[in-house]
Amino acid sequence: MSLMFEQLLNGLQFGMMLFLMASGLTLVVGIMNFINLAHGTLYMAGAFLAVAFHALTGSYLLALGLAIAATALLGLVIELLVAQPLYQRDHLDQVLCTFGIILFLNELARVIWGSAPLRMDVPPWLDGSVDLAGIGYPVYRLAIIAVSAAVAIGLHLVITRTRLGMLIRAGAADRTMVVGLGVNIQLLYALVFAVGAGLAALSGILAAPIFTVQTGMGDHILILTLVVIVIGGIGSVHGALAAALLVGVIDTVGRVSLPTGFGNVLIYVLMASILFWRPRGLFPSHG
Amino acid sequence: MADSTITLAAGAKVARPARAGRLGLALGLSAVVLLALVPPVASALGDPFYVRVVTRMMVFAIMAISLDLVLGFGGMVSFGHAMFVGAAAYVVGIAGHHAAAGSALALGPLVLTGSTNAWIVWPLAIAVSALLAFVFGAIALRTSGLYFIMITLAFAQMLYFVAVSAQPYGGADGLPLETAPTLGPLDTGSRRTLYYIALACMVAVFLLCRRIVGSRFGLVLRASRFNQPRLAAVGVPVYRYRLAAFVISGAIAGLAGVLLASSQAFVSPADLSWLRSGELIVMVVLGGMATLYGPILGAFFYLLAEFVLGHFTEHWQLVMGPLLVLVVLYAKGGLASLLPVARKGGAR
Repeated sequence: MSLMFEQLLNGLQFGMMLFLMASGLTLVVGIMNFINLAHGTLYMAGAFLAVAFHALTGSYLLALGLAIAATALLGLVIELLVAQPLYQRDHLDQVLCTFGIILFLNELARVIWGSAPLRMDVPPWLDGSVDLAGIGYPVYRLAIIAVSAAVAIGLHLVITRTRLGMLIRAGAADRTMVVGLGVNIQLLYALVFAVGAGLAALSGILAAPIFTVQTGMGDHILILTLVVIVIGGIGSVHGALAAALLVGVIDTVGRVSLPTGFGNVLIYVLMASILFWRPRGLFPSHG
Repeated sequence: MADSTITLAAGAKVARPARAGRLGLALGLSAVVLLALVPPVASALGDPFYVRVVTRMMVFAIMAISLDLVLGFGGMVSFGHAMFVGAAAYVVGIAGHHAAAGSALALGPLVLTGSTNAWIVWPLAIAVSALLAFVFGAIALRTSGLYFIMITLAFAQMLYFVAVSAQPYGGADGLPLETAPTLGPLDTGSRRTLYYIALACMVAVFLLCRRIVGSRFGLVLRASRFNQPRLAAVGVPVYRYRLAAFVISGAIAGLAGVLLASSQAFVSPADLSWLRSGELIVMVVLGGMATLYGPILGAFFYLLAEFVLGHFTEHWQLVMGPLLVLVVLYAKGGLASLLPVARKGGAR
């Protein structure tokens, strides 16, 4: 029983990390109609940059902030150089170009930091565990849940309560109409892309002490993120949250209670059946 | 596109795609002759390693052609094509594994013994790939666009994790092919024999696909890339045509998988990972979509780049990544458009 509880918490924590990835990507795909495979690479970039800044500054929080800012900047550069010319092109071109970015950045990380996995330690003030219903649960994982929940609430407020959020929702529902109303869509695109990159970086940094920091670490999480946004309904942040938690819990619990590997398969069976019955996901945002 | 003006009624004249003409025939024949000369030249140079390299290129060329059939001609962006390659490769690997261990494989009431007889194993492997393509294609083709990309990716990932978790067959470490299958009197373990088998298969697949693309079936397939509702209105069961193309493509990818297993003497989950599927798309687009020379050129070019650039630096992908972006942004016709026999006004 307590094992199950612990796994549920782990699933929640993993789901929240997936949400950080998925919220940015679902907006990029939903608003710009742009498949950004390089999103997983931004996750990796965040983790590597955090390790580097941590070695440089010695402060975890400073490293966190700097790495997020640097990755958001990297996202802006990608948006300007590669994404912008591709918004009007078909999905295949987008897949190819962003695949090229993956190849390039994965290799660049290998050149700079080598192939050996790096370690990122849990900051001392988040080390240790607390007693939760009879089990000792790591404080760090609880902190991940808390930080991601705060981000989720923040995103929710921005999207439902602000003018920017209104534009984002309008963009996801009908891009052409938003342009027709005279909104500076370039700026909105760049902003969404950069924020998505920053959130991906945050996810990668939070994941760093749990997994290891190495090239290619973004490749697997990218696929899970794509699964999440497809299940949730492309363009819907709320759908992304629901789907991320669903995928996080099923993946984690399935991996523990099913024979090795079959837990991983479960997610894709789930996705295929949801696409079969509801081809536009659980919370479709397009009209 | 001239195709869309053609009436698809029975008895109507069906246009063939632009014929390559004499120049194309001459180029193609000389390419085959050149390829046939590789093994003797390589052994004369005392470097049989090249035989392996070129075998690999030809095997990947077959994969790329199979993908182009659905991707280039049918407009179906299959982002999981490596699964059909990997599935067939695993069938060969598993059959060989059981043959070597002398154990039987029980699938419910069906008990199979291992085998290294290529006449049995290879068709079986190709049939498995075709069956997978049928089942997954039947589901995936109900969706389109972005969702088709995602669902093919999801199916491939499913198979990938099944392979990773298949502990009896090596799991994540992969499965070595202990004894090479024998094809009648031919021992596929011999590098030179396998080379010529791969060459023959590549030429056969090329000719087969040329026939397919030029047929009435191919015409429907190509038209379905542009306007499905219109085809349906003419009375063509579009879905069935596209599914048939998907299955043919899966079967050809299976043939490539069979050859891949033999040429590597090894099968691993990497052979069906999504990165491999991505590489296959890259090969097709680099070479030139919706042409049949293109995928071959693309596969050769990609692996050659890996081989040559990899000679100078292990970080060859630093060059390949940006190159890919540039090709997509500025040179959409791919390598095939540089050939004198390139189809005029073909792919978009």
